Amino acid sequence: MSKIKSLEDLMKIKEKAVKDLQLRDTNTRGKITVAMGTCGIAAGAKDTLKAIVDALNDFNITDISVVQSGCMGLCEVEPTVEVRLLDCEPIVYGHVTPENARRIVKLHIVENQIVSDLLVRKGEI
Amino acid sequence: MKVDLSEVRKIVNQAKTESLQEGDMLVNILHCVQDHFGNFIPPEAAEIVAQELDIPLSKVYEVLTFYTMFSTKPRGKYVIRVCVNLPCHVTGGRQIMETLKEELKIDVGETTADGMFTLETTSCLGLCGVSPVIMVNDTYYGDLTPKKVREIIEELRAGGDEK
Amino acid sequence: MALTANTILICAGGACISSGEESVKQALEREISKYALQDVVRIVETGCMGACSLGPLMVIYPEGVFYQKLTPKAAQEIVEEHLLKGRVVEEYLYKGPTGEIVPQVAEKLPFFSRQVRIVTRNVGFIDPKNIEEYIARDGYFALAKVLREMTSEEVIEEVKKSGLRGRGGAGFPTGLKWELTRKGTSQKKFVVCNADEGDPGAFMDRSVLEGDPHTVLEAMIIAGYAIGANQGYIYVRAEYPLAIERLNTAISQAREYGFLGSNIMGTEFSFDIEIRIGAGAFVCGEETALIASIEGKRGQPRVKPPYPAERGVWDCSTLINNVETFANIPPIILKGADWFKSIGTENSPGTKVFALAGKIVNTGLVEVPMGITLKELLYEIGGGSSTGKPIKAVQTGGPSGGCIPAQYFDTPVDYDSLQKLGAIMGSGGMIVMDEDDCMVDVAKFFLEFTVDESCGKCTPCREGTRQMLRILEKITSGEGTEEDLYELKALGETIKDTALCGLGQTAPNPVLSTLEYYRDEYEMHVKEKRCPALKCKDLTRYVIDESKCVGCTACARVCPVNAISGEVRKAHVIDNEKCVRCGSCIEVCRFNAINKVSP
Repeated sequence: MSKIKSLEDLMKIKEKAVKDLQLRDTNTRGKITVAMGTCGIAAGAKDTLKAIVDALNDFNITDISVVQSGCMGLCEVEPTVEVRLLDCEPIVYGHVTPENARRIVKLHIVENQIVSDLLVRKGEI
Repeated sequence: MKVDLSEVRKIVNQAKTESLQEGDMLVNILHCVQDHFGNFIPPEAAEIVAQELDIPLSKVYEVLTFYTMFSTKPRGKYVIRVCVNLPCHVTGGRQIMETLKEELKIDVGETTADGMFTLETTSCLGLCGVSPVIMVNDTYYGDLTPKKVREIIEELRAGGDEK
Repeated sequence: MALTANTILICAGGACISSGEESVKQALEREISKYALQDVVRIVETGCMGACSLGPLMVIYPEGVFYQKLTPKAAQEIVEEHLLKGRVVEEYLYKGPTGEIVPQVAEKLPFFSRQVRIVTRNVGFIDPKNIEEYIARDGYFALAKVLREMTSEEVIEEVKKSGLRGRGGAGFPTGLKWELTRKGTSQKKFVVCNADEGDPGAFMDRSVLEGDPHTVLEAMIIAGYAIGANQGYIYVRAEYPLAIERLNTAISQAREYGFLGSNIMGTEFSFDIEIRIGAGAFVCGEETALIASIEGKRGQPRVKPPYPAERGVWDCSTLINNVETFANIPPIILKGADWFKSIGTENSPGTKVFALAGKIVNTGLVEVPMGITLKELLYEIGGGSSTGKPIKAVQTGGPSGGCIPAQYFDTPVDYDSLQKLGAIMGSGGMIVMDEDDCMVDVAKFFLEFTVDESCGKCTPCREGTRQMLRILEKITSGEGTEEDLYELKALGETIKDTALCGLGQTAPNPVLSTLEYYRDEYEMHVKEKRCPALKCKDLTRYVIDESKCVGCTACARVCPVNAISGEVRKAHVIDNEKCVRCGSCIEVCRFNAINKVSP
C-alpha cells in the first residue's frame, strides 16, 4: 500500500471500498434470487450463483444484490433465477446454466431487456 | 524463583526504543516486565528497571504499588477479576463472589496453595449488558450464575485454557 | 474481491464475546465451508451493536435479518436454512415481550429505529480491522477537508459553533478547550484521548474503540492540526485488552496509508499517536491524574488551575477529550456545525450514547438525541423493567452522579436538566433499579467504591468519604440515629466544597441525592430499623410460613450454618440468631414457604 497523498487517492480507495460495502445495503436497484432448494442445487444452482456473482463483478454492477431462496416450485426447469428490479415485474428464468446466467446479467441487468428464450414466468406469483 | 535479569534489561531497552518521549515509559515497562514473569514483578526485576531508567527504586515502587494491576507477590496461573460494580451488584454479583471464594477457598487478594488461581476484584469491565461478569486473565465471562462459575473453575482446573 | 451473495455481520463486542461469539463464528465457518459457500458468503466481525442482552447476535445482509441469542447449533441451522434455502429461521429472531415476532430487519426494531447514530455511526456496520471499510463510509474525508481547505482557526471555529460539549461527564465546551490549548504558550503541544472509561455501568467508549477505532484516530489528527500538536496519546484502561488490540491495528494501518506519520496526505503536517495503557486506577480518568500516569507517575490529581490547556503532559499545553467527544468531530467537520446543532437541544446539541444496565429489558448501548425524556429512553427504547416490578429509580453518572426517582422521568436528558435534579450526565451509564433495590444500600455501594478508589492525596476525599461510609454502615446495620442523617448531609456538602479533584467533589452525590429523594427510606432504617427493599442483611429476617411448609427438609439440608430445624413432614423454623441471610433456603424451597421480612 502506497501512502495516500491526495484527495484523489482517498476517493479511489473509497470507490473501491464502497462497492464492497454496498452489497450489504438493502436499498439496491434490485435483486437476483437464485433458487437453492435441494433440486436447484442438484441441478447446478451453485455454479449459477457463482456465475451471476462473477458476471456482476465483471460488469462493475454494485446496486444489485444476489440472494438465495428455497425452491420456487419450478423443479422441472431448474436452475431457476428470479430477477426483480425496482418498479418492474419480477421475471423468472429457467434452465439457467452459468452461460445463461451471464446472458441474463448482460441483457436484463445491463441493457434492460428480457431474455425471452429463458423466460418461465412473468409477474407476481 | 530464579530471576533472569538480562531478560529484564532487554525488555527495558526494547521499550526505550519504542517510545518517542523519555521517561513516560515506566508504566509500560512494568506491564512488559509483569507479563514476562507471568503476572507479578519480583524485587530483583524492579531494581533492574530502576537502574536502567536511572531513577530511584523508591520511584519504581511508588508507581508499582499505586496501580491495582501490578503485583509484587507471585499470582496464580489464572488471575480471576470479579467486577464488583453496581450493574453487576444488582444482577447477583455478590453471589458470584461468594461462589468463587467457596470454590477456591481463598479470600480476595489471595492465591490458592497450588498456584492456580488468584482472586481479585475489578472496577467496571464495561460488559454490563451481560452482567455479572468476571475476567480470567484476558478472557471475559458473562451472564454468570453460581453454576456457570463452578463449571468455569472446573474447566480451568482440568487444564483447559480459557475459552 | 469477488462479489458476495450474503454478508454476515457478527457482533464481536466484548459482551458478545463473553457470551460465546467465538464458537458461533467457528460453527458458521465450518458449515459455510461444508456447503462450499465460502466464495459467496462473507463473515465480518464488527464492534458492539449495542443490544448486549441479546448476544451473541448477527445480522445477515442484504436482507438485514437480525438473529439473536445464537449458539453453534443455531449457526448450523441458519446456514442450512437461511443461506442455503433462503428461509428465515424464526426461532432465533428477536421476539417482543409477548413472544410475537417483531420486524426481522434490524433497522426496524424499536431498539434500533429510535436511535440517531453519530458517534456510533459505524459501530456494528464495518469491520473495525479494515481501514478501507472506514474510508468507504467517508472515513478520513474530514481530515482531507481540514488539511486541504481549512485553517486551524477555521477548524476550531467550526467546533465552537457546533456547541459540542465534552462527553466525559462535565460537559465543558469542546471548541473552547481547543482554542485555549491552541493559545497555550508551550512550544510543544499534545493531544490526549481519555479512554480510561471507568464509571460503573458505562461502556460506550469501549464500544467505539472496539468497533470504530479509526474515528478516534481521525479526530485526534484533526485536533492536532487545529491546536498545533504533532504528538498524541491514547490512554486506555488495561481492562480493555480487545480495544487495545484494535487500536494497535488501526494505528499501524493509518501509518501505512499515510494518515499518521510525517507529511500527512502530502502536506507539511505531521502527527503520530501512541497508546498508553493504564494499570487499574479509577482516578486516572481525572485529567490531571491521567497526565501524571502518562508521564509514568502515580496517577494522582493536582490542583487546577493551571488547566492542562496551559500545563499538561511534560508541562506542555495539552488537549484532553474523551473517546465519545472525539467521535463527534469527523461528522461535525464533514456535515457542518449547523447540521450538528439541528440535533438535540439548544444548550446540549448532538446525541449522547447511554449504556442501559440493571433491571431493564434491553440492556446495552443506545445513542439518542439530547433532550429525549427519561421515559422514552427507559420504556420505549429500553423496553421497561425486566423484573415485572415497576422501575423505582435510575442512577446516572456512576459514583459521581445521583439517583433520579420515577416521578421525574419526564425530565429531558441534557446536561443542565440532570444537574438540576442533583444527578449528572456523567459518561452516560444508566443503572435501572426496582423496588427490590434499597437506596441506602446503593448509596453505600458507591461510597465503598469511592473509598476504594480515592487516591489519598487530599483529606476531604480520603477521610471524609470513609466517615460517610462508616455512617452508612451504621444505618444499614440498624445502629443509625437521626443525628447520623444530619451528619451525613453536612459531611457530604463539606467534601463537595473542599475536595481536590472531580472524583472527590462529586463523591457525595449518590448519598446526597438519595437523601433528598428517599429520605423516608433512610428514616425507616433509622427509626423503625426496617429495610423496605429487604436488602440490608442486618435488618431482615427469614421466616417459614407454617401453613405452606410441608417439612421436606430441603432448606435444612442446604443451610450452611444449620440454622433451620424441624422434623420431617412437619413445619420447620429458622433460628435468626444463627442465620447469615445467605438466601440458599429460599432458592431450594419448592413451596414458596420461606419469606424475607423486615423487621
